[in-house]
Amino acid sequence: MRFWRRRSADEDAPAGDAAPGFTAGETGEMRAQAERALARSRSGLFGRIGALFERREFGDDLWEELEELLIAADTGVAVAGRILDGVRARVRDTGVTTADGVRAILRDELVAILEAPAVAPPRWDAPFPEPLVILVVGVNGAGKTTSIAKLAAALREGGHTPVLAAADTFRAAAIDQLRAWGERLGARVVAHQPGGDPGAVVFDALAAAEAAGGAVAVIDTAGRLHTKANLMEELRKVVRVIQRRHPDAPHETLLVLDATTGQNGLLQARAFTEAVNVTGIVLAKLDGTAKGGITFAIAGELGLPVRLIGTGEALGDLAPFDPATFVDALLA
Amino acid sequence: MFEALTDKLQDAFRRFGARGVVTEDDLDRALRDVRLAMLEADVNFRVVREFTSRVRERALGADVLRSLTPAQQVLDIVNRELTEVLGGDAAELAVAPKPPAIMLLVGLQGSGKTTTAAKLAARLKADGKRPFLVACDIYRPAAVEQLVTLARSLDVPVHEEGTGAKPADIAERGLAQAVRAAATHVLIDTAGRLHVDETMMAEAADLRRRLNPHEVLFVADAMAGQDAVTAAQAFHEQVALTGVVLTKLDGDARGGAALSIRAVLGVPVKFIGTGEKTDALEPFHPDRLAGRILGMGDMLSLIDKAKTTMGDDSARRFNDKLKKGSFDLQDFIDQLRQVREMGPLGQLLQMLPGFNSIKAQLDVDSLDDDYFGHAEAIVLSMTPWERRHPERIDGRRRKRIARGCGSAPADVNRLLKQFFEARKLARQINSGRLPALAGMR
Repeated sequence: MRFWRRRSADEDAPAGDAAPGFTAGETGEMRAQAERALARSRSGLFGRIGALFERREFGDDLWEELEELLIAADTGVAVAGRILDGVRARVRDTGVTTADGVRAILRDELVAILEAPAVAPPRWDAPFPEPLVILVVGVNGAGKTTSIAKLAAALREGGHTPVLAAADTFRAAAIDQLRAWGERLGARVVAHQPGGDPGAVVFDALAAAEAAGGAVAVIDTAGRLHTKANLMEELRKVVRVIQRRHPDAPHETLLVLDATTGQNGLLQARAFTEAVNVTGIVLAKLDGTAKGGITFAIAGELGLPVRLIGTGEALGDLAPFDPATFVDALLA
Repeated sequence: MFEALTDKLQDAFRRFGARGVVTEDDLDRALRDVRLAMLEADVNFRVVREFTSRVRERALGADVLRSLTPAQQVLDIVNRELTEVLGGDAAELAVAPKPPAIMLLVGLQGSGKTTTAAKLAARLKADGKRPFLVACDIYRPAAVEQLVTLARSLDVPVHEEGTGAKPADIAERGLAQAVRAAATHVLIDTAGRLHVDETMMAEAADLRRRLNPHEVLFVADAMAGQDAVTAAQAFHEQVALTGVVLTKLDGDARGGAALSIRAVLGVPVKFIGTGEKTDALEPFHPDRLAGRILGMGDMLSLIDKAKTTMGDDSARRFNDKLKKGSFDLQDFIDQLRQVREMGPLGQLLQMLPGFNSIKAQLDVDSLDDDYFGHAEAIVLSMTPWERRHPERIDGRRRKRIARGCGSAPADVNRLLKQFFEARKLARQINSGRLPALAGMR
């Protein structure tokens, strides 16, 4: 996968079927990867949605079942209701009665929610900021460090020089964890002592990224519950440190969200966005049976796009998020 | 935790309260709110469906609709059902007939197994036991280092073999070493694994077979959604769980996963994780949680916490003073200091009954350390005589006290006012006239 890659000005515009920001080839590759990852989700509850449409003509009793299935995917009651209201209205307007017709409308509604983020995903076409600064935040155990390792691998593959900042100085051995990844990847890791000041680590990492030239600084932060005021303040301080050197950075602030997260995910996204202006979601651990339905609520209410999905335990298991692929896989 | 659910249920039933008469339609409408609240709290939808239909049945069977206090009766039924689903009494850790007791920790990635292993060790050690840790997560980079670092900081022995050996072999050798070290409890930390990963689940099953542990604890994230049950079920089938540890309950997750797992698997929640430090592990009390869900607060937990922080003696002495009304500013500041030791104020306040209804009025975060710091500075700037006779502190003294601690006389006034109110409240509690908390600022 080539992601956040340098694009030359004369490079061909993406072909018709490609996802925004990607070439047709890349789009096919990432669709295949997302397909594989979502195979399990499909065989689970969302798979029942597919079966629901095969079963019979679409009658009243099925709406309730459909609501339950959306809720079971963690969309939340309110969002499920809103989705189905939209579908119902369009079913009424268009006079559709077949299960296939309803399904097509549901698909459109789901895709529309994920495609309409108010926060436009940044596209790193030329000119590429130097260094590009990506801040990675999230609650404890969401999968930040692993996602960063995968991201760094993707960056390397795309011809970039990732510089990783071990700014999780709190959790025991978090620094060792990032260092181990750095060694495996051949990526530079800037770290201080455990218990050190995260801001100081970030400062040094930025300096290293600047010196490297054309580097991408990826900052690993300590997991923190979004309700802890002092820890959220610490995160703001990290951003201030970054902005003292680069006023327009961080160029991306990615919130890593565990795909198994329930309704609390919306509260997480809201609190982290308020604190450090999140620009996108990394949906980690999507290779289980969890559906990550909370992303519909996050996209719908906060306008935050999902940028990447974690699709397995290998380093290559990170794919750009494409709403249509995601929804198609879920409804297949 | 469960705060919004509490609010919802209270709302739903407040509507009955106003009219006093309940129809079957009213009941259904309230139950729809209960359903919504539970789903928003991430309780599994199947559990919710069963729960509401059982409450409905009982409410109709008990002839609640014609009772004089229908709201109270429905609330009682919901409360009873909730407590039942959550599992009756608090569950204890299994006891090994012949030590050491072997405890296996399993779960999904990032649920908090390693941290929980350390917390359990810290807890056992504080109880005078001899815990022993074994690091079997050979997959996640630096997971072994993490456990070793935590063990060292707790001064608890740990067995590790890096990442070269097989987890079951490491565990068996660790166990042998623990026996030699006369450990009472062996805590085995394993790698996080997806419940659909057949190879990894087979490895977990193998670990269980070879170790024959007394406890197999499923470490579950309180923020987990509808899928929590699916994962727990798969683990249960492979390794026969004996208990659940619910982690990260110090945030605002409502922890409906606990309710769901308990309801579907019948496996009790034994501990809850309430913070990042190694002492932030508490026994799970289903009855208390049900009470908290229904807005009855969690006074029992608060009292427990106070007892362990203050010690029984100091608590009794303080109680005597309260009764005699001889509670002065020195006691006040001692109390403030002890409250501060008990943990973040916001967390304590959440245990108070009726807190949800006043939370919006209180800026909880601003009440925290700053408040304590200022109050302490003001009292420390007083003479011992002044601390014993707060009612005798006049304007001149207030000015001097303010100068002494670098604050304004108005701050001193505010503190004294708060102290007098607290003393008044204490006297009222003693005389059995507890005022409604909703009126308190």
